[in-house]
Amino acid sequence: MSSPLFYAPAGDAVVFAAKKEPALVLQRLAAVPKLAGVTAASRLEVRPSPEMVSSGIREIDELSGGLPRGCLSEICGPASSGRTSVLLAALAAATRRQEVCALVDTTDALDAVSAAAAGVELERLLWIRCGTGRRTSDLGPQHSGLRHQTPDHRGEVRGQESEVRGLRSYVRLEQALRVTDLLLQSGGFGLVAIDLGDVPDAAAWRIPLASWFRFQRAVESTATVLLVVAQAPCAPTCASLLIRLRTGEQLSTISSQLSVKSELSLAHVQLLDGLRVEGELLRSRMQRKPTQSVTTVFATKAVRIA
Amino acid sequence: MTAFACIYVPDFPVEALLRAEPGLRSQALAVLEGKTPLQTIFALNEKARHAGVSLGMTKLQVEACSDLVLRPRSLLQEAAAHAALLDCAQSFSPRVEDAGCDTVLLDLAGLEPLFGPLPKIARDVARRASDLGLEANIAVASNPDTAVLAALGFSGVIVIPEGREAEQLGNLPLEVLFTGGHDLQTLDVLERWGIRNLRALAALPEVALSERLGQEGIRLQQLARGCSSRSLVPVELPLVFEEAIELEYPLVLLEPLAFLLSRLLEQLCARLGARALATQELNLDLTLECSTPEYVGTSAPARPGRAQARQSFHRTLRLPVPLLDPKVFLKLLQLDLNAHPPGAPIVKIHLSAEPVRPRAAQSGLFLPPSPEPEKLELTLARIAGIVGQNKVGSLQLLDTHRPEAFRIQHFAPGQRQEQTARNPKASRNDNPQELQKQNEVAVTAMRIFRPPLRATVTLQEGKPAHIACPRRKEICGEILWAAGPWRTSGDWWEQEGWARDEWDIALQEATGITLYRLVRDLLRGQWQVEGSYD
Repeated sequence: MSSPLFYAPAGDAVVFAAKKEPALVLQRLAAVPKLAGVTAASRLEVRPSPEMVSSGIREIDELSGGLPRGCLSEICGPASSGRTSVLLAALAAATRRQEVCALVDTTDALDAVSAAAAGVELERLLWIRCGTGRRTSDLGPQHSGLRHQTPDHRGEVRGQESEVRGLRSYVRLEQALRVTDLLLQSGGFGLVAIDLGDVPDAAAWRIPLASWFRFQRAVESTATVLLVVAQAPCAPTCASLLIRLRTGEQLSTISSQLSVKSELSLAHVQLLDGLRVEGELLRSRMQRKPTQSVTTVFATKAVRIA
Repeated sequence: MTAFACIYVPDFPVEALLRAEPGLRSQALAVLEGKTPLQTIFALNEKARHAGVSLGMTKLQVEACSDLVLRPRSLLQEAAAHAALLDCAQSFSPRVEDAGCDTVLLDLAGLEPLFGPLPKIARDVARRASDLGLEANIAVASNPDTAVLAALGFSGVIVIPEGREAEQLGNLPLEVLFTGGHDLQTLDVLERWGIRNLRALAALPEVALSERLGQEGIRLQQLARGCSSRSLVPVELPLVFEEAIELEYPLVLLEPLAFLLSRLLEQLCARLGARALATQELNLDLTLECSTPEYVGTSAPARPGRAQARQSFHRTLRLPVPLLDPKVFLKLLQLDLNAHPPGAPIVKIHLSAEPVRPRAAQSGLFLPPSPEPEKLELTLARIAGIVGQNKVGSLQLLDTHRPEAFRIQHFAPGQRQEQTARNPKASRNDNPQELQKQNEVAVTAMRIFRPPLRATVTLQEGKPAHIACPRRKEICGEILWAAGPWRTSGDWWEQEGWARDEWDIALQEATGITLYRLVRDLLRGQWQVEGSYD
């Protein structure tokens, strides 16, 4: 026997909602004094969609509508897939809007020349370079809060090296999470970006889901865009927007460019005219219907300052 | 109508100490002066008087009195209290006379339209003095001397209407005319005559008084009648905001130091606020005991007996915008001292602030929101505590082609924002075509490996053909294609010269093709992987 969804006021017979018409159920609901002011879930207004801001790349904007304010957006892809180009374009667009931005650089990988060439107003960008100068031997496992495997006897030295490297990445990750917490609590930033681009998948996946939920909750009612760049999706249920980047046609494209330039016999051959990046929208919560897999292609332009 | 106010702080040495230790206000407190064992009572509060303590008693005599708190006299704190007294007066009137360490006169002419009637001004002055940690008597009269006598004689706030000076001052004892301690012979003479209060002195015949006491007698009688007239001698007060405290025992832990800093900062901010100023630079000077081996920040007790040699410890807190929040200052100082502990017990704290005009709160109406400066400073300090002092800030590119030529500077977006607010067209690009063009072009970014990865490279026909990088296993194997070299050099006239060839190489990895920048250092002959294109 199914349990009743609600009980009518005292004196009336028990009403089993499952057996009644929806209109009758709503009518009965409205009759209950305590529930008179409660709106049925089916009649709730649609949550207002977040304000979208430009990502700095027209094709990405056309694909996803831009980056949502007050949400966590994620851009993932392997190395040389254009993640950093998209990140710098988003930072440049935000600083052009006179917004104050912050970049939590987990692996200290930001190239100042690239950032300036991308149009980032450097005075408006707070750069946080994670990773202290402390020796890793001084850092115990309690700093990362993660367990580490004991190296086997045969590959003890190699195991210790990998353990030290892993410990470093965990220390950097922990710093990045703490710094992001502080930045989001401080408020007022237009864009806060967490660069996990060089963090191994295994380490990024160890970030507790609670941290992502906390970040998402912290930016929810603010105008901050929280952007995460990683190799693989690491905040799956918290990300309102997930874009995967790849460069499928890179080899043939660059090979042909190289051959053309070799024919010209230039004294100094510049290999990279640019990358051809393919972006796929994996998730977008801004639309009512589930998003189908849609892709876009855009090119980046190489800039070499010399 | 001319009106003058006098601010008089009774038991000034006691009040100066109570500014730093307000918890002692409810207790009997006496201030000692002199060298041990000849210390005598120099000042005391009302509760100590009720307990039977009087001026000039020796320390041994008063030690029998329980509940009496004894403190040595602190000239530093008295100087700070005097400066606070002047600030209090200056916050109401620009014409201020420094009539003594515990007495300040101010001209109230023309202030009624600004601050209200004279009784209200007097109450406001008393409240301001109380905010600065000083319980003062305030007297308002039509001439400076009457105001001083009333402040000396009456406790609390009193306003003497013009023409009723003699009546109001009449009941005051004769001693108020000789508060400075000078010309006590005249006081003795008057007492022998049976003169006990100012009314009796004012009633004496002028000629007879002049014959017996000369011009001094006439002057005293005019003071008693409240009809003396003199000009105020205004002083130009320097904008110096300093607070200091000398500790009886060396301070070993940072936590109690925070309590003392909090009090000093509150006083400093109250003084700055009274002058409608803020600060952009705080200087903290700590005098340390060097011979004691214990370090501040540890729980080990201090050994005051061993401390002889002293050294100073200085920290400067520079802020991008003027602030006036003691809590923010305290937190910033705490974070700074945590990062840079003094290293020895503290015996003296000196805090000074550089005054500046407060920033305008209103920025551009249509500018996007930015972090509040107070919060941002705290956040930056906390982040610096996590990642390191030189690892947080904004980038500044240097005017050179040397690779990695940048420096980290303090992050202060507010200054730029204020400039933008003043001239929005200066920085905002309103050209839609250019904006569109900027939006269309994405730049191929580099990801830098810090430090660069050393690599072993095999050349084939002058081009890199094979690479092996011991520190990263994935950067290993045949190079699919390579182009270059992009040759740069510079600073060859200096010791730090550099010359390098840059190659762009592609490697096949498990996740796909990855592009790297390979650099050959021509001076050292080393190959390095500098970063990857992404």
